[in-house]
Amino acid sequence: MRIAPVLAIVLRQLYLMRGSPARVLPLFAWVAIDIVLWGFITRYLNSVSHSEVNFVPQLLGAVLLWDFFTRVMQGVSTSFLEDVWSRNFLNLFATPLTISEYVAGLVVSSIATSLIGLIVMLVLASTAFGLSFLIYGLMLIPFLLVLFLFGIALGIFASAVVLRLGPASEWFVWPLPALLSPFAGVFYPVTTLPHWMQLIAHAMPASYVFEGMRAIVAGGAFSGASLAAGAAIAIAYIFLAHAFFARVHRHAVRSGLIARYSAETVA
Amino acid sequence: MPEVLSVRDLCKTYGATVAVDGISFAVGRGEIVGLLGPNGAGKTTTINMVLGVLEPTSGQVTIEDLSVSKRRAAALARTNFAAVYAPLPGNLTVEQNLRFFGMIYGVRDLPARIEALLKQYEIDRFRKTKCGLLSSGEQTRVGLAKAMLNEPHLLLLDEPTASLDPAKAREIRALIREIASKGTAVLWTSHNMYEVTEVCDRVLFLSRGRILLEGDPRALPAAHGKESLEDLFITVAREPLSLQQEA
Repeated sequence: MRIAPVLAIVLRQLYLMRGSPARVLPLFAWVAIDIVLWGFITRYLNSVSHSEVNFVPQLLGAVLLWDFFTRVMQGVSTSFLEDVWSRNFLNLFATPLTISEYVAGLVVSSIATSLIGLIVMLVLASTAFGLSFLIYGLMLIPFLLVLFLFGIALGIFASAVVLRLGPASEWFVWPLPALLSPFAGVFYPVTTLPHWMQLIAHAMPASYVFEGMRAIVAGGAFSGASLAAGAAIAIAYIFLAHAFFARVHRHAVRSGLIARYSAETVA
Repeated sequence: MPEVLSVRDLCKTYGATVAVDGISFAVGRGEIVGLLGPNGAGKTTTINMVLGVLEPTSGQVTIEDLSVSKRRAAALARTNFAAVYAPLPGNLTVEQNLRFFGMIYGVRDLPARIEALLKQYEIDRFRKTKCGLLSSGEQTRVGLAKAMLNEPHLLLLDEPTASLDPAKAREIRALIREIASKGTAVLWTSHNMYEVTEVCDRVLFLSRGRILLEGDPRALPAAHGKESLEDLFITVAREPLSLQQEA
C-alpha cells in the first residue's frame, strides 16, 4: 500500500474542513450538546436518587463512549460521502488508487475527526460535570480502542451500502448507530434484554465495552478476556466490511455504476 | 510505432443490449487517434473500459503491455484523462485539486509540477479559486492540467474542447499536438469534425458498438464518396448499414 494516496484522502478532508463551519461544527457541537444534556440528567438523577449509585460515570461515561463510537463511524462515512456529493468517483477510481488505499484514507481521516470530538467531550464532561476518568483507570484506552475498531467497521459498511444503493441511501446509514444502540447495552446490562436480543448483543463489540465499564464503576470483577473477545470481533468486522466494500465496488465496476454514479442512475 | 494502448476483442453487454461489440484497435506512441460516432455508439463505454472503471464482458485492454484488469494500478499510473462529464470536485480550489490528484498519482516533485501546469494552462490566477466557481472553459483547462499531472503515456480525452471558445480551443489543440509530439499516445473523442481533421492522425468510426471505418481523417471522406468528414459522420450516424456493406 502506498502512503501518498492515503495522505491525499486525509489532506482533501482537511482542505474541505478549513474554512467550512458546516463541516467543522458537527465534529464537536452535537457531542457537546449530548454531554451537556446527559450531564444535567445525571446530576438530577443523583439528586433525587437515594441509592448509592453515582449516575455520572454510569450514564455520562456511557454517553461519552457511545458518542465517540458514532463519531468514528461518521468520520469514515462522511469522508466517503464527500466523494458522493462532489460526484468524484470517476476521477477517483480512474487513477492508480486501490480500494485498500482509499479505505485506509477514510479510516485515517476518521481518526483525526473523531479525536477532536473525543477531546471536547472529555474536557466538557470532566470540567462541567465532574466525570473522573480515574474511575475507569487504564481500561479507558482499550474501551476506546474496541469502540474505535467497531466504528471503523460500521463506517466502511455504511459507505459500501451507499455505494451499492446510491446517494439517496445516505439517509439510511446516518441512523445506524441508533439502530444498534438497544443491542449494545449502552445504558443497561445486556441481561436486561430478551434472549434473542442478547444473542445479537454478544455479536456486538460495543456490548463488551459497556458491560466492562459498568463492572468497573460498580467495583465488581471485570473480564479482560471478554473485552479481548470484543476486540477480536471488531477486527473481524473490519475485514468483513472491507471485503464487502471491495465486493460492492467490483459490482459497480462491472455494472458501470462507478462511471455514472448519481442518485438517478443507481437503483 | 510502439503500441501504448492495445484493445483486443472488447465487448460490453448489459443484458440483451450490446454496448461495445468486439472492437480491436491500438494507439501508438505519439499518435492521436479520434474515436468518433453518434451518441450511444459506444465511445464513452470504450473509454471507461480503458480507464478500468467499467469491466468488459470479454476482451482485454493493455497499456504498455500491462493488463488493465490484472495490473490495474500499474497500468493506470501511466494513464490519465479529461472529460467534460467528469469535472474536478467543485469544493476544492484549483491548487488543492492538483495536489490531491498529484499525490494519488504519486507525482514526484509535485509542487514544481503544479507550478509548471498552472502557468502552462494559464490558470495561475485561479489557483485559490474553487473549481465549482470557474467557467466551463476554465474548468476544462484545469481538467487538462490534472490530466497532465503524471505526464501520462496514454491520454484519454472525451470532448476536451467542448466548452472552449474558438481561440482557446485552438490553443488546446496545439497543446495536445505538442504533448503527442513528445511521445504521449492520445485517444480523443469529439463531435467537432473540423477539430478531428486538424488534430487526429487516424480516426475510428464507431456505430452500434462496432468499428465501421478506420483511417486518415483527411483521406477517409473521399474514399467513401463524401465531401467532408462531417458528411461521413452523418452517414455513419444515419445509415451505418450502407457503409458496412460498402466496407
